[in-house]
Amino acid sequence: MTTLTGVGPGRGELTAKAGYGVTQRRVLLSEWTKLRSLRSTLFSLLAAIVFVVALGILISWAQASHWDQASQIDRLTFDPTNTSLSGVFLAQLAIGVLGVLMFSGEYGTGMIRATITAVPHRLPVLWAKSIVFAVVTFVLMTVSSFVAFFGGQAMLSSKHIETTLGHSGVLTAVVGGGLYLTVVALLGVALGALVRSTAGGIAILFGVLLILPLIVNFLPSSWYDNIDPYLPSSAGQAVFAVVRDSSSMAPWTGFALFCGYAAVLLAAAAVVLRRRDA
Amino acid sequence: MIEVQGLTKRYGEKLAVSELSFTVRPGIVTGFLGPNGSGKSTTMRMIVGLDQPSEGSVLINGQRYRDFRAPLCEVGALLEARSVHTGRSAYNHLLALAQTHGIPRRRVSDVIELAGLAGVARKRAGGFSLGMGQRLGIAAALLGDPGTLILDEPVNGLDPEGIRWIRTLLQDLAAQGRTVLVSSHLMSEMALTAEHLVVIGQGRLIADMSVADFVAGASENVVHVRSPRAPELRDLLLSADVTIRADGVDVLEVSGLPSARIGDVAAAAGIPLHELTPRQASLEEAFMALTHDAVEYHGGSASTLPHQPGDGAAQAVGGAHLETHGAGARS
Ligand SMILES: Nc1ncnc2c1ncn2[C@@H]1O[C@H](COP(=O)(O)OP(=O)(O)OP(=O)(O)O)[C@@H](O)[C@H]1O
Ligand SMILES: [Mg+2]
Repeated sequence: MTTLTGVGPGRGELTAKAGYGVTQRRVLLSEWTKLRSLRSTLFSLLAAIVFVVALGILISWAQASHWDQASQIDRLTFDPTNTSLSGVFLAQLAIGVLGVLMFSGEYGTGMIRATITAVPHRLPVLWAKSIVFAVVTFVLMTVSSFVAFFGGQAMLSSKHIETTLGHSGVLTAVVGGGLYLTVVALLGVALGALVRSTAGGIAILFGVLLILPLIVNFLPSSWYDNIDPYLPSSAGQAVFAVVRDSSSMAPWTGFALFCGYAAVLLAAAAVVLRRRDA
Repeated sequence: MIEVQGLTKRYGEKLAVSELSFTVRPGIVTGFLGPNGSGKSTTMRMIVGLDQPSEGSVLINGQRYRDFRAPLCEVGALLEARSVHTGRSAYNHLLALAQTHGIPRRRVSDVIELAGLAGVARKRAGGFSLGMGQRLGIAAALLGDPGTLILDEPVNGLDPEGIRWIRTLLQDLAAQGRTVLVSSHLMSEMALTAEHLVVIGQGRLIADMSVADFVAGASENVVHVRSPRAPELRDLLLSADVTIRADGVDVLEVSGLPSARIGDVAAAAGIPLHELTPRQASLEEAFMALTHDAVEYHGGSASTLPHQPGDGAAQAVGGAHLETHGAGARS
C-alpha cells in the first residue's frame, strides 16, 4: 500500500512546522481554483462578454441607421455612451446568475460541506468568493465595456452622433458599466448565501433588478418620482448614464446607494452563514 | 481522541440526538452503530462543526473543531451525503480543498494515488459511480494527513474489493495511532473492522463496549430444541430466567438454559428429543435485539446483553435493567 506519509498521529506541532493552516489569502486562492475549474462558469463569463460587446455595437448600429427617422425628442435625449453600453442590461443576467451560483451551486451539490469543514470559520469563504468573483467581473466587464464603447461610437460616427471619452461624464459611464456589473455580482453572491437555492436566488435578484422597476412604473407619478430613483436598479444604473432626467440620482451618489444595498445583503449573508447549520 | 459530552440536537420538534456522551480513543477503530435515523450522521456533522449542537459539546484532542488552525490536518471527515461539486474534476476538487490550508499539490497527487483514482482524476466528479464517489471522499479525508478520521458509512456503494480496501486502510490508520470513528448499519462488518463499539438508538447511547464483549454476549446460549412433545417440555423448562419461543409445533428456541440442563430435564420426564442444538445468535440478530430494546423502552433502557463481570471495558449504559444485572458484579 502507498504509505500515507511518515507523519504520525498527534500532529499539531508537525502541521505547524509545515506551515499548513487556513488563511484568508489561501482561501482566496482556493476560490479562484474553484471558479476557473467549472466549465459552466467560463461559459457564462464568455456569454456576459459577448452580451456587452456584441449587443452594444448592434444597438449603436441600429440607432445610427434609424437616426434620420428619429423624432426631435429622441434626438435631444440621445445618449451615445449609454447606447453603446446597452449590453450591460443583458450581461447582468449572466453575471447575476453566476453570482448566485457561487454559493447555491455548493449547497445544491453538497460541496458546501467540504468547503466548511476546510474553513470552519466560514466567513473567509464569503469574503473570498465575493472578492474573487468581483475582481473577475470587474476586469472582464470593464474591458468589455470599453470595447463596446469604442465599437458603438464607430457605428454612431456614420451619423456624426458619437461621443469621446474626453466629454464630461463619459469615462465615468464606461467604467461605470463594469462597476455596475461588479455590484450585481456581489448581490448575487450574497443572495446565494442567504437563500441557498439557485432558483430562489435568481428569482429574488431579478425580481428586484428587473420586475420591481416595472411595478413602480404603474404607481401614480408623484409616488414614482419619489421611489424610482432609489430602487437598486435605478441607483446603480445612474453610474453609466451620461444624459439623465431630472429625478435620477447623480452617478456616484446612485452608485454609492447601490453599493450600500450590496453591503447590507453581504452583512446579512455573513450572519446567516455563520449561524445556520450547513 | 474525540470527547462527546452531553450532545443534544433538535431539529424543530424532532430530537435527533439526545444527551449523548462517549469517548473515541486513538489507536483503534471505533464502530458507530445504530439503526436508520438513530442520529449517527447528525452526531458526525456536529463533530466537524457543520451543525451546531443544541446542547453539549465535542472536543477533538481537547479542542473545538472550529478552533483548529489547520482543521484538515487534524480531522478528516467522510460525510454521508456527497460533498463534491458535480461539475469539477476530482483533481481540482482536492486541489481547492488543499489550497485553503497551503497543502502542496504533491499531496493531492498522493491521495489520488492512494484512493485508486489516478485513472479518473481529471474527469468530472458528477459522472463518478457511487464507489468512485466514496473513494474521492476518502481521498479528501486523508488530504491533510489527519490524526483523527470520521467516516460515515464508508463502505456504502463499494464492491467487495473496495470494502476490503477500506477495512485494511482503517486498521492501518488506527495502527499508526490515529483515532478512527466509522459508522455503519452492519454489525458483521464492524465485527471485522472495529475493536470498540458505540451503539446508539433514537439519538441515545445504548452501549459503549469492546467488540469482543459484544461478540461474547451475542453468543449467549440459545438452544434449538426439537421434540414431538414440545409443549410439555416447554412447561417443564419455563421459569423466571428462561425465555422460550415456540417455532412451529415441535420446535422450541430456549434461552437462559444450557443445553445439558434441557437434555436432563427431558430425560427425567421421559420426553424424546429429536434435536438439541446450542446456537450462536448471529451478530446481526444480537445487534437488532440490542437496538430494538432501545426503541421499545423509549428511555434508553439497557441492553439485554449480560454485563461482563469484572471487565472494565464493557460498559453498557442506561436504565434500571442493567443496573440490576450489573449491581452484583460491581459490589
Ligand atoms: N437537517 C435536518 N432537519 C430535520 N431533521 C433532521 C435533519 N437531519 C437529520 N434529521 C433527523 O434526525 C434523525 C437522525 O438522523 P441521522 O441522519 O443522523 O440518522 P442516521 O443514524 O445517520 O441514519 P442512517 O443510518 O439512515 O444514515 C432522523 O430522524 C432525521 O430525520
Ligand atoms: Mg446516516
